[in-house]
Amino acid sequence: MGLYFKFFSIHFRSAMTYRASFFLSCLGHLLITTNVFLSVVFLMDRFTSVGGYTLPQLALCFASILAATSLAECFGRGFDTFARILSQAQFDRMMVRPRSLTFQVLCQDMKPTMLARLLQAVAMLAWAVHSGAVDWTPVKALVLALMILCGAALFFGLFLIGAALCFFTMESLEVLNIFTDGPREYGKYPFGVYGRPVLLVLTFLVPLALVQHWPLQYLFGRGPVWYGVLPVVSLLFLIPCVLLWRLGVRHYRSTGS
Amino acid sequence: MIEMRGICKTYRVRRREAGLGHAVRSLFAQDYTDIPALRDMTFTIPDGQILGYIGPNGAGKSTTIKILCGILRPDSGMCTVNGMTPWADRKKHVARLGVVFGQRSQLWWDVPVMESYLLLRDIYRVPGPDFRGNLDRLTALLDLGDLLKTPARMLSLGQRMRCEIAAALLHGPQVLFLDEPTIGLDAVSKLQVRQFILEQNRLCGTTVLLTTHDMQDIDALCSRVLLIGKGQLLLDGDTAQIRKSAGENLSTEESVADLYRRFGI
Repeated sequence: MGLYFKFFSIHFRSAMTYRASFFLSCLGHLLITTNVFLSVVFLMDRFTSVGGYTLPQLALCFASILAATSLAECFGRGFDTFARILSQAQFDRMMVRPRSLTFQVLCQDMKPTMLARLLQAVAMLAWAVHSGAVDWTPVKALVLALMILCGAALFFGLFLIGAALCFFTMESLEVLNIFTDGPREYGKYPFGVYGRPVLLVLTFLVPLALVQHWPLQYLFGRGPVWYGVLPVVSLLFLIPCVLLWRLGVRHYRSTGS
Repeated sequence: MIEMRGICKTYRVRRREAGLGHAVRSLFAQDYTDIPALRDMTFTIPDGQILGYIGPNGAGKSTTIKILCGILRPDSGMCTVNGMTPWADRKKHVARLGVVFGQRSQLWWDVPVMESYLLLRDIYRVPGPDFRGNLDRLTALLDLGDLLKTPARMLSLGQRMRCEIAAALLHGPQVLFLDEPTIGLDAVSKLQVRQFILEQNRLCGTTVLLTTHDMQDIDALCSRVLLIGKGQLLLDGDTAQIRKSAGENLSTEESVADLYRRFGI
């Protein structure tokens, strides 16, 4: 763990080497996500609710997804950009170092500028909490924390799938961005507003609704308390992700390309 | 000791002919071609030897290195490095191995070289006193001094190569693989690198496996040479034997070129 923080410090200082670029990319990240949320605000200016949700509730929803994706992108970036690691043969270098490969990929690349988005998410959460999106209880606060952490784990799992597929295709599959970059955009509304088929896919196939739509129903007082446990259940999704990653590594070790 | 016995490795390469028709067809039915990279490769390297591993491009040099590093699993045959099978005990094996890939860097680009070294110390879990000792020795022998404070991206190729070699030896490995360590270096840097390899071998008894296309490296360093082509071992001997087998009074470079032609590789 100590080593991981040393790597984080190196990546942070590397990013700070080019100071102007560091602040500009922080600003850029913020502009994009602020823009996404502004569309919600303008819509709510016309209509008092969308799908039965109030503006503070939507802010809470967006902030939780935003926090989850920025955590995953900051710390799981090595897997997100794995195609580059593979094409520059850095993976070979990792194999001749006496540490777990997963750990080394995690250390290889991090994106500290994403923490700007995390700050934004925290600010939005604070506002949503302040404006009474939810009648808070300690249990509900815990559920919100689970939504963010398990959400980050899910996005990380998706990165892992993308990285594993790189072993077979040698390039990244843009198609997977539907489930990684996409939710940051369409996750501004609870997935239920997109209709039943979408909700079913995001519940049983790529279980993003388990860290967003369903626990939100509990937070907003519209669903039973066991909806709040669903973020933990969603972690089962990581099992196939890890298996696919292992399969990819095995494939690499037998083909070497 | 490094031992390879009957190692075979075949790559399956997806083949596709040019043209849209073939592109569409290949989506459904794929043709594979088997390309043998190593055929029954067998050799033994005793401890403390500097061995040159030469052959034309595509002869199987990097496949051999990858197998010895534990990156690649061969189709058949056995291989041990200091009693360990590289691909089976990867972590334990590589903890006692140093590798320099001449074409790519293992230093972190934007930070001073010393920071990379400190990271490597932690990655390899080198005890403090050992690390200090190794670092002091390498700094003196490779004349690193001020380079340690410079970010890797600002080093010249020769300076960087010296730093790379030191990086591969910080954990005091008994075996060192050098993959084209002198590629692209100027005369002074080449001599420095060669001088250092000899010193390291003499002082620490490090076993060195060196691949190169530069026959002067071979002349200067290697007590023994393995010549391979098309995945097979063609010649095992010292440079005198190579020159002798070429017949006339040629330099090592000319003799090797002559051998390549004669073996048709």
